[in-house]
Amino acid sequence: METKRLIIVAVGGQGNLLASKVLGEAALAAGIPVRMSEIHGMAQRGGVVESALVFGEAQSTIISDGEADVVVGFEPLETLRALNKCNRHTTVITNLAPLPPFTVAIGRGTYPDIGLIQEKIRSKVGRLVALDAVALARSAGSVLAVNIVLLGALIRTGILPLDADTIRDTIRHRTKAAFVETNLKAFELGFNHSQPV
Amino acid sequence: MHRLLTDMPGSQMLMLGNEAIVRGALEAGVAVATTYPGTPSSEISLNCFQISRETDLYFQYSTNEKVAMEVAAAAANAGLRSLCVMKHVGLNVAADALMTLAYVGVTGAMVIVTADDPAMFSSQNEQDNRYYAKLSGLPMLEPGSVAEALPMMVEAFALSERLGEPVLFRTTTRINHSTAPVTLGTLPERRTRGDFHKDPFRYVTVPAVSRRLHVRLLENIARAAEISDASPLNAVTGSGPWGVICNGVSFGYVQDAVADLGLAERVRILRVGFSHPLPERRIIDFVAACEKVLVVEEGEPYLEEGARAAAQAAGLTVPIQGKGPALFSRLYEFDPALVRRRLAAYFGLTAPASAAVDISDLPELPQRPPNLCAGCSHRATFYAVKKAVEGLETIFPTDIGCYTLGFLPPLSMGDFLICMGSSIGTACGFAQSTDKKVVAFIGDSTFFHSGIAGLVNAMFNNHDITVVILDNGTTAMTGHQPHPGVDMKALNLEGYGRVSIEAVVRALGVGHVSVIRPFKVQKSIEAIREAVAYKGVSVVISQELCALYAKSLKRKRGKPFQVSDRCRNHRDCINQLGCPAFFLDGERVRIDADLCVGCAVCAQICPEHAIVPVREG
Repeated sequence: METKRLIIVAVGGQGNLLASKVLGEAALAAGIPVRMSEIHGMAQRGGVVESALVFGEAQSTIISDGEADVVVGFEPLETLRALNKCNRHTTVITNLAPLPPFTVAIGRGTYPDIGLIQEKIRSKVGRLVALDAVALARSAGSVLAVNIVLLGALIRTGILPLDADTIRDTIRHRTKAAFVETNLKAFELGFNHSQPV
Repeated sequence: MHRLLTDMPGSQMLMLGNEAIVRGALEAGVAVATTYPGTPSSEISLNCFQISRETDLYFQYSTNEKVAMEVAAAAANAGLRSLCVMKHVGLNVAADALMTLAYVGVTGAMVIVTADDPAMFSSQNEQDNRYYAKLSGLPMLEPGSVAEALPMMVEAFALSERLGEPVLFRTTTRINHSTAPVTLGTLPERRTRGDFHKDPFRYVTVPAVSRRLHVRLLENIARAAEISDASPLNAVTGSGPWGVICNGVSFGYVQDAVADLGLAERVRILRVGFSHPLPERRIIDFVAACEKVLVVEEGEPYLEEGARAAAQAAGLTVPIQGKGPALFSRLYEFDPALVRRRLAAYFGLTAPASAAVDISDLPELPQRPPNLCAGCSHRATFYAVKKAVEGLETIFPTDIGCYTLGFLPPLSMGDFLICMGSSIGTACGFAQSTDKKVVAFIGDSTFFHSGIAGLVNAMFNNHDITVVILDNGTTAMTGHQPHPGVDMKALNLEGYGRVSIEAVVRALGVGHVSVIRPFKVQKSIEAIREAVAYKGVSVVISQELCALYAKSLKRKRGKPFQVSDRCRNHRDCINQLGCPAFFLDGERVRIDADLCVGCAVCAQICPEHAIVPVREG
């Protein structure tokens, strides 16, 4: 099996670790080798959380610059910041709803234009899938489901060796019972707002 | 039931490295576990704590790493199996206990986890604790993957029992915080009651006893060397004229590099998982079979020096290299592409160039630094101290915890930091050596960990310092672990004592003690001003629950505030407090009602009194 490398970047509190867990559990259930690592430097205090997931026979749990097959960004500025992980074939999936860092919120820095962010990414990588995951999560029933919306968009690309039904099953069994319906809706919305590669 | 107690031998479970370590200890029948929390080891303790509440595993959060090691050492000398967990710098604190415990040994079994942090994701240094194995003479095991951590932990306990010595189990952050499927083994009954058989001429380390114990230790090191040489944890894979010696996560990077470069027929790999004592005969045989050898290890050239020394003793002249300007650095962590490039270069091959996209044309991106939370009591205390010392020349030694972030603008409160507890000791030195007013900041958990000794020193040597103890009722930074000052009844936990910081401080005879509520801004400033004016040792205890902890305890939070039309845009709120609940809406300052916890500190400093509670309805 060909090794596939995925980077997920998010701001603390966006549910990156749950998304990684769903993917990891789904891979385990499907018998696909998986290794993941995460760096959450003070995530609860507004920092960035980065997860690396490696599917297949590779032994490493981290991903070098330029070696991600797919990057999922839960926040557009953080997606742009993770561009060093991409090569010209990488697929990038990004949420378009910004969470300005505090430095920007108090006027000590400028948040890049959303159009410019997309243009920069699109010009450098294989493909960009951009969606307003916050709006989709809200219509699924909870703004907290941004992570699952993006999971849906990721699975639709078909880059990972995981099919939608395995993920749906994992959502049913591995996410909190009270959120399963919302999460399943969120997954479908994200799935439908993406396309296969 | 806790998931790590799942009784399904042979099945696979997705686990964090730290969970695999706990499961391994449980499968080894660990009876007593102790710790002082520290990233990247903290989840080991958290899981032990949870499991101790539903089984007969005994677990404690100890006051500091040295105490944790002493408790675990005694348990292991009562014949039980004990586990002691700390981050790498914690072993510095425990080193005094470690060095002579190695002489005494254990009658049960004891494993000490040292979680090293190459690249310093959450640490003040990136020291390589393999040298502690060499320094103490104790055996060291190092897992190369999450999946291996579990069986290696079982092996570590068996080795400890066999040698009668504690075993060091060294991880790095990329083991602790990686996740992978792990195969479960069986969970044995644990033996929780032991006995200590008196033998003062074996256990009381006066010089005459220690002289004999050192002989015993050297004999044990020799036995351990035999075991290391025969151990399957030190294994050769592949064949060919080029050799790679590696350890830990580097093993994975090397395997991937060899596969990516198509070198399976040309490279043999010696993975060292039992790294002290080094398997010298194994290394000599390995080196002798190679034309040249590359050593791939993060941190210091521990394996490289060992391999060179072994080869030299055997009269081998095969080149052995690892660290160097064209090869590997002692700095930071490795990654797969780095290892691939260096390995290719060393063996005279060309590695594919990096495929990373060119990002040189990106605009400068605003940073997203961590920040004290909205409603963090530390921000209020820092602000009050800043106001109280206006006009004075000051030095602010600080300490390890969330409040270290206070050194960032706009608060800029924090001038010097070297280790846990250092704020008070260094305050003594600065006060003695300069003409400035010295105000030290230390958290509640850190005060218990190693601040008290500094304060006793300040009293005895009569230093002119003010110590501000930031008491937020928990060990916040590492995930809200309890400490001796925590009210455990609030967590519905019985059977704990509680130590009052104020009573400790007063008992030491501190001449000026005040307790403040930092959200009462003016009163706090006045109390601190008085404390700072006092000649001698003064202590200010600033009490307010950590905002995140209060939320997790489901404490009622205050009404959020808003900026009213009275605002004249002085922006003192943003420029002096920097609370993340603020944002600019065009030119207007606003407050995010979802983030605001109603601490009202900004409302008290606004010159126009423009910040008011959000009205109901």
